[in-house]
Amino acid sequence: MHFAEPLPLQSGAQLRDYMLMYETYGTLNADKSNAVLVCHALNASHHVAGVYADQPKNVGWWDNMVGPGKPLDTNKFFVIGVNNPGSCFGSTGPMHNNPATGKPYGAAFPVVTVEDWVNAQVRLADQLGIAQFAAVMGGSLGGMQALAWSIMYPDRLRHCMVIASTPKLSTQNIAFNDVARQAILTDPDYHGGDFYEHGVVPKNGLKVARMIGHITYLSDDSMGEKFGRKLRDAAENGGAYKFGFGVDFEIESYLRYQGDKFSTYFDANTYLLITKALDYFDPARAHGGDLAKALAGTKAEFFLASFTTNWRFSPGRSREIVDALIANRRAVTYAEIDAPHGHDAFLLEDERYMNMVRAYYDRVWKGIAA
Amino acid sequence: MTLTFEDLSSARPDLAFIAHWVQAGSHVLDVGCGDGVMMEFLQAGKQCTGYGIEIADDKVLESAQRGVRVIQQDMENGLGLFRDNSFDTVLCLSSLQMMKQVEDLLRDIVRVGKEIIVSFPNFAYWPHRVALLKGRMPVSKTLPYQWYDTPNVRCATINDFRDLADEVGLEVVECVALAEGKIVGLLPNLRGELAVFRLRKKGTAKGTAKAAS
Repeated sequence: MHFAEPLPLQSGAQLRDYMLMYETYGTLNADKSNAVLVCHALNASHHVAGVYADQPKNVGWWDNMVGPGKPLDTNKFFVIGVNNPGSCFGSTGPMHNNPATGKPYGAAFPVVTVEDWVNAQVRLADQLGIAQFAAVMGGSLGGMQALAWSIMYPDRLRHCMVIASTPKLSTQNIAFNDVARQAILTDPDYHGGDFYEHGVVPKNGLKVARMIGHITYLSDDSMGEKFGRKLRDAAENGGAYKFGFGVDFEIESYLRYQGDKFSTYFDANTYLLITKALDYFDPARAHGGDLAKALAGTKAEFFLASFTTNWRFSPGRSREIVDALIANRRAVTYAEIDAPHGHDAFLLEDERYMNMVRAYYDRVWKGIAA
Repeated sequence: MTLTFEDLSSARPDLAFIAHWVQAGSHVLDVGCGDGVMMEFLQAGKQCTGYGIEIADDKVLESAQRGVRVIQQDMENGLGLFRDNSFDTVLCLSSLQMMKQVEDLLRDIVRVGKEIIVSFPNFAYWPHRVALLKGRMPVSKTLPYQWYDTPNVRCATINDFRDLADEVGLEVVECVALAEGKIVGLLPNLRGELAVFRLRKKGTAKGTAKAAS
């Protein structure tokens, strides 16, 4: 969908003349009360569920959660996935032409925040005629967007579902993000963000950024279980070390492969932008660090879930949100899932997790049916 | 479908009795809410708000399915999520005996609640005494476990709990012993299987608790 009216951004800049890619699943009911917005995290898109007819392998990033008969049941709900501006899956981003210069934005693409994304999503909701969502839901960075919705537009959602998320990044989280950004910024192929006109991609920087990010998505135990200290070419080498700086261990091979793959489809400027959006998110900041005050104007009912082995956004971070909601006497349901997979658990199949989300959507649905 | 008082009475007569003590519209914390049936009734039948706390995955799910605002948390770690005096009523029903840190939890319950309702299996119930006289650990409807698999790590009698309540700064408003969900008038510490205490902080204004009866 095309938006001609400029989007004012938190930085003071504005986004002129932009596109938002979105997908919908299910059917919007007559009184438009069954819409659910699903917000994506760092490297995902508007393609939340299902496959395209011509791309049977391109499965939506939350296909185990969203679909007919799934916890977020598209037989009941009208689900919207939207690609945020600054991303690289079709919505206006740094690889597109800047109307002011006629050249790709590159590093000149304005820095966007979680709140800016929510403002962009609100315009999409307006265009689709959805005055109030049954729920806004997201995991990780997507959860931040859901939380921001509840603060910025309290009347426009009845339920806010925040999964494996945090009210703000920790020092360590920001530190990891900056290492990733430095990997990109110092890649000679980055060309100050204007690599498009040089016909190159800062592949190495993106690869390293992805490798370090990927480590934070997994738990020590799940990595250990999957790869251990297994050697890559153990059979050929008789289990000997190679005494060099190539690939010895399986984990090296895996991360390099994942990093290479990522660098072929993800945009380096997008990676910089999205990690900055993560770093900046801190709704309590405007309230002297008091999250309870930041959430005082919320009206939604909340569902939060965390995963015990998620050391990136640990259960303690979710409990900070729960604590602030309880201080405001908000309705909140909170599940702490003892899953082994680390941060990525929110994308994976886990019976307890899926059952809790399903149970919660049953309640959301009863509110519509009543 | 809404859970009625009759449903609750037949399923859990002890909870139905205790529900009478909770004032309509109050903000309630149910510490160890189990399957959430009590909170479901208080929400639907008495327009109460509030939360249940539960640690077990299956019970948390059941509570969520009942529409209870359940917070998954180990009560053993205390009630740090909750502000001082933030609840009209704190319930701790048939859970306290499973806690290692009974005294600490009780003090935290006193901190967050204005009125407190506690129930626990009365270890001095006469069949338990008989079992002990016969040289066996008691096994009954309220203590349905063998000594080696019981989650009940703290066994107390009505008289014992009265002492602890006093020590943590609680005044007993009412204390009844229930058997089969009915009040035992005569010799409650002998004939009651479930002890139910209604308590409030010492020195808080009288009348607030009475108004609820």
